Amino acid sequence: MSDLAGPNPAPEGLYAQPARAAEVLGRQRLRERAKNALFRGLLLFSLLLGVVALVVLLADVLDRGLGHVWQVVTSFPSGLPARAGAQSAIMGTIWLMALVALFTIPVGVGAAVYLEEYADRSRRWNRLIEVNIQNLAAVPSIVYGILGLGFLVRGFVGLGQTLLAGALTLSLLVLPTVIIASREALRSVPDSIRHGSLALGATPWQTTWRQVLPAAIPGIATGTILGLSRAIGEAAPLILLGALTFVTFNPEGLNSAFTALPIQIFNWISRPQDEFKLLAAGAILVLLVILLSMNAFAIWMRSRYQKRW
Amino acid sequence: MTHVELDPGPTVTEPESQPLDPAGTGSQRGTPEPARAHESDGGLSESARAPEPDAAATPHDTIDHAVDEPVFATRGLSVHYGSAPAVLGVDMRIPAREITAFIGPSGCGKSTILRCFDRMNDLIPGARVDGEILYHGVDLYGPGVDPVQVRKRIGMVFQKPNPFPKSIYDNVAFGPRVLGAGGEMDEIVETALSRASLWDEVKDRLKENAFGLSGGQQQRLCIARALATDPDVLLMDEPCSALDPISTGRIEDLMHELKETVSIVIVTHNMQQAARVSDRTAFFIVDLTAGEDRRIGRLVEYGPTGRIFTNPHDTRTEEYVSGKFG
Repeated sequence: MSDLAGPNPAPEGLYAQPARAAEVLGRQRLRERAKNALFRGLLLFSLLLGVVALVVLLADVLDRGLGHVWQVVTSFPSGLPARAGAQSAIMGTIWLMALVALFTIPVGVGAAVYLEEYADRSRRWNRLIEVNIQNLAAVPSIVYGILGLGFLVRGFVGLGQTLLAGALTLSLLVLPTVIIASREALRSVPDSIRHGSLALGATPWQTTWRQVLPAAIPGIATGTILGLSRAIGEAAPLILLGALTFVTFNPEGLNSAFTALPIQIFNWISRPQDEFKLLAAGAILVLLVILLSMNAFAIWMRSRYQKRW
Repeated sequence: MTHVELDPGPTVTEPESQPLDPAGTGSQRGTPEPARAHESDGGLSESARAPEPDAAATPHDTIDHAVDEPVFATRGLSVHYGSAPAVLGVDMRIPAREITAFIGPSGCGKSTILRCFDRMNDLIPGARVDGEILYHGVDLYGPGVDPVQVRKRIGMVFQKPNPFPKSIYDNVAFGPRVLGAGGEMDEIVETALSRASLWDEVKDRLKENAFGLSGGQQQRLCIARALATDPDVLLMDEPCSALDPISTGRIEDLMHELKETVSIVIVTHNMQQAARVSDRTAFFIVDLTAGEDRRIGRLVEYGPTGRIFTNPHDTRTEEYVSGKFG
């Protein structure tokens, strides 16, 4: 009877001594409750730390930049803060994104389909490729910039400081992310779909093209957009490539000189005049709007086409 | 009597009016020896080819080879996963336009054998199939046999309903489309859905997503999908294990209708189901003599369903069908 705290307290004991039972149960509950509260507090603190920092930054940028957004969108770079804008950089960013999407989606999805649907994972060669892709996704963006500069701009390919060279460099940067996201999406398509299709006499290619890929499209699209929104904020590789900071015209084609929003922002912030810093806040707002609308589109896609298995 | 009819050769023997003689097979019931199925695979196929005159002495009167019109005939069929044997030495002949049930405890390899018949084991890395499976006399694993062509002729229904994330119509039309079937697709879809007795329930919502159907309807949709390519054989891997009794009953009724035109092989955990629907039953067992971690599936007894359930020749079959183990 006295062994109520033991592993298997006899129920009769509890009923026989309600006061003692209440004591045992109550003590445990109190300790657990304290632990719960502490843990909950810690988690909430971690969350707030990020959210508060973000809110402060956003409020600051909004406060400083909102009045300058229109000027940033409509004007071209100028040495005079009152006339300066970033239309060429905005157009450059949009061009870059479109080209990067064009380059990375077919190649990235193709690589993912090969790795998920065709590659024999027991082969050392295929495992090596997998590990390399994981590593490439973690390579600092400036390294891609060096590669682009040495290989695409100056070296073997020699494209010069063009939009095409910039887009190709950013594509290399985004490609591992797109491959990994697409693989995740393909992997989330259950094997029962593949087996059902193959059992009907469909070839592996018909199965991939008509069943697996369509079912994976929402995931692929989401991952690709999130990858692109990583590239949109990258300044480092483009600075290395020598994307110009003073381009007074919108890009006209693949061989056009170009600039992009992160570079423009970087340039303005490094100027001594305070007016340019306000313009930079305005450009940051434009970049944020582009970025958030891309992410919103990705979230919409995901919920719109979510599959139940 | 039975051993006179024994002809496990690859070619189809001339049809006889009396395909099976349960009384005859029952009369030569020998004393069951627990160890008999553990004998070498060579012994099994050897005696299947040339039955010894003394039927009671052969250990194989438990396997009834008297099938007049076999759609499948296996000889020494074994499956390994990596180096581990999964099923060894299966010799059986599966009749056309009848329902054959595979029963046995979990891990006895009945699903593994079923997946050999449409080469779905090819999809499992490391799976190796030895021996012969003759499909109308052609070795399914022979050189020059394309698994895709095999699967066009032999349909499969899986344990869990697996409709494609598409409309009901597109689910059924998928098979004919990938086969490049000509003809009126609407007609093909309607025929297949009618054969699966689903048409009346879905004819007004063919464009709706197949996930909106109930589990039983989804499984009948999967049957319709398999029927749309007009297969010769339908393999069913525990098709009712995820369904309620009413849906199960509908699928069993459906199987009875289908066997007029299609040969059906069904794997089931449910012995009552095997007794209700099948014409012939094969009983598989898990052989643990090689050790607890080396579970080997073996075919113990195969014959007309009535005999397997009322007059099994092997004590293990008797114990299983009477519910003593499994």
